[in-house]
Amino acid sequence: MPAPQCATCHKARAALRRPRSGRALCGACFCAAFEAEVLHTVVAGRLLPSGAVVAVGASGGKDSTVLAHVLQVLAPRLGISLRLVAVDEGIGGYRDAALAAVRRQAARWELPLTVVAYADLFGGWTMDAVARSTAGSGRSRACCTFCGVLRRRALEEGARLVGATHIVTGHNADDMAETVLMNFLRGDAARLARGGGLGSPGEGGALPRCRPLQLASQKEVVLYAHFRRLDYFSEECVYAPEAFRGHARHLLKLLEAARPSAVLDLVHSAERLALAPAARPPAPGACSRCGALASRALCQACALLDGLNRGRPRLAIGKGRRGLDEAGPPRDGEPERAPAPDAVPAF
Amino acid sequence: MVWQVLEGLSRESAKRLRFVPGIVCIDEGAACGLSPEARAKALAEMKLILQTVGFPWHVVALEEVFDLPPSVLRCFAQEPVGTEGAYKAAVDSFLQQQHVLGAEGAGDSPSLAQGEEQLSWPCTQDPQNPQSPDRPPTAAQTEALSRLFDSVKTLTAKEELLQALRTHLILHVARTHGYSKVMTGDSCTRLAIKLMTSLALGRGAFLAWDTGFSDERHGDVVVVRPMREHTLKEVAFYNHLFAVPSVFTPALDTKAPEKASIHRLMEAFMLRLQDQFPSTVSTVYRTSEKLVKAPRDGCAAGPPGPRCLLCMCALDIDTADSATAFGAQTPLHLSQTQPPTPPPTAPCCSAGMGRVQGCCGGARPCEREDPRARVIEQLCYGCRVNMKDLPSLDPLPPYILAEARLRSQSCFPRACIEQQIQEYLVEDSDDEAQTGES
Repeated sequence: MPAPQCATCHKARAALRRPRSGRALCGACFCAAFEAEVLHTVVAGRLLPSGAVVAVGASGGKDSTVLAHVLQVLAPRLGISLRLVAVDEGIGGYRDAALAAVRRQAARWELPLTVVAYADLFGGWTMDAVARSTAGSGRSRACCTFCGVLRRRALEEGARLVGATHIVTGHNADDMAETVLMNFLRGDAARLARGGGLGSPGEGGALPRCRPLQLASQKEVVLYAHFRRLDYFSEECVYAPEAFRGHARHLLKLLEAARPSAVLDLVHSAERLALAPAARPPAPGACSRCGALASRALCQACALLDGLNRGRPRLAIGKGRRGLDEAGPPRDGEPERAPAPDAVPAF
Repeated sequence: MVWQVLEGLSRESAKRLRFVPGIVCIDEGAACGLSPEARAKALAEMKLILQTVGFPWHVVALEEVFDLPPSVLRCFAQEPVGTEGAYKAAVDSFLQQQHVLGAEGAGDSPSLAQGEEQLSWPCTQDPQNPQSPDRPPTAAQTEALSRLFDSVKTLTAKEELLQALRTHLILHVARTHGYSKVMTGDSCTRLAIKLMTSLALGRGAFLAWDTGFSDERHGDVVVVRPMREHTLKEVAFYNHLFAVPSVFTPALDTKAPEKASIHRLMEAFMLRLQDQFPSTVSTVYRTSEKLVKAPRDGCAAGPPGPRCLLCMCALDIDTADSATAFGAQTPLHLSQTQPPTPPPTAPCCSAGMGRVQGCCGGARPCEREDPRARVIEQLCYGCRVNMKDLPSLDPLPPYILAEARLRSQSCFPRACIEQQIQEYLVEDSDDEAQTGES
């Protein structure tokens, strides 16, 4: 049976079927459709006004690569200028290779690149050091908890360094669906209440953040990167196997197999969750130490670092952040600093 | 739950329950493809238990869904509670679940769909129990029901359809006999699974109604879930310790492979995760307590909008500036390629049906007369996605189609106006223009 015609231009041979609608499209038409959808997302949500200086969080992976490429294509139409900001978390054997990919991309697109490293920003704490510190007996290392919070701070710092007005990240629809599932399974009502929108408008001095690829499914992102022959780094983080998100990701894969529209259904559900006012996070204020956006006296980044510096890494994780300066005298019950075992994989 | 109610009503209990209960059982054998002998056997067992309990009981076959009036789908205002207001109880397949779990442990048990009950249609009425005259369902009805369920392509959609029909039937029985409350035996575990399943099906807006303690979307009849704080394990132990009799009957997804439907998947996943993180179910349950029954702030705060035809929740489809406008339009688009003959004259019809960028938000089809489009647009997002798996709406029971016709005549005048101007709009041929058949 001959390959079908492209459903849009009717001239070229179809090269793929779009996962969502099943339409057969040729490569060029698919890329055009993808870019048009991203443009629509940005314009309809009024995410990036004209004249914005946009800091793109570039990790070297497929999502941020595709994001940077699409925004570059759309930059003239939107009237924005781009800067690449890469974060070096200090994960040996992983981040170096990813950064090399980012540098190649920056050279290829001729975009200015800034690299911010945890070691510089957070007083010498790299992710490897954090992992060593939190490695206790029996409990998980909670690396993603640290890395996620610290990376957002680092991105914010990097964006300020380059004088950006907006931050964009490459989260796709699958990421949003996984996040909803994960937050439900962990009972994180505050994050459920906060999430679901198209990014945060930037309250209290923080830069507005958005996710233009939010409605694109992961498969389409990969297809786009394939057709545009983009060069990206595709290995997963060294600490990923222990993350709780892995369960949510596995569930999502199963759901998608049972019903292809599951990802979009989840995003639809997430947008419409109605949580009780008591469950929502309190109105944001400023951190007493660094001045960043915070819903309590200390922002989460400062709280985590505080715990690390005091040798009690789990201080700020979980409910009841006892022991921090904000809430009275420190109490016992937290595991003492574990002797540094050989928990970090040797490279 | 029936046993608990029995105890609560007995004279010795400290806080005596003050209501008059009745029991409703629904026979779903036809939907599950059981043979008449198997159904008769299960019903005989059920009757035995029901007679021991002593409450008035009603046995209804799912085939009676074909006789329901369209008024079942309307929401009536709540009647004022009178002194003779009788509270009634409807029992679910809780008993059966316990029997199953008692036999296999609280593990990956073959799940029974919630609220499923099996009964046989009694040939002779029990003279002590006041009942409506039940006639056995005719073969034609049974066949119509099996045709309906066979025409649904996926197990997920089948289960959802079964739940919707069951709810309507219970509602009808409750209304006919004057019951004002319906109690179901959903446990904590089942509700946690139901919550995650509803999330995955796109019913995030209605979680509070689906899994909360009381569900008043039907107006005069309130569905309550008194067992929602007990985990399945507790119930199994209770049944075992107090020798509560139960009946096991196969459900729609008994012996189905794990990946067959979203319900199965989610149940297996939750139970597996519960092994690793023992607080999973209670965490999800506690999160469900934090949900409220209001639209998300910013959304419609004005007069109550139209309700979904099948699940009777307020519609949650927004206009084009919803983030999932693309996704919401896609099922609409796919269903619009169903009608065999696109209307000949209207020029922009075919272009307007595509993924219009920022154009008229709902992409109103020109063929207002198409019954499928008419039904689809009265459904909420979750029900629409389910309807995708139903290739034709004909096997549906007539009350659904009748109600859809009734509502579309009165509720969508704007669409008529749009239809009038359709033929004057210049065809919008962007890169998303497409032909009627893809």
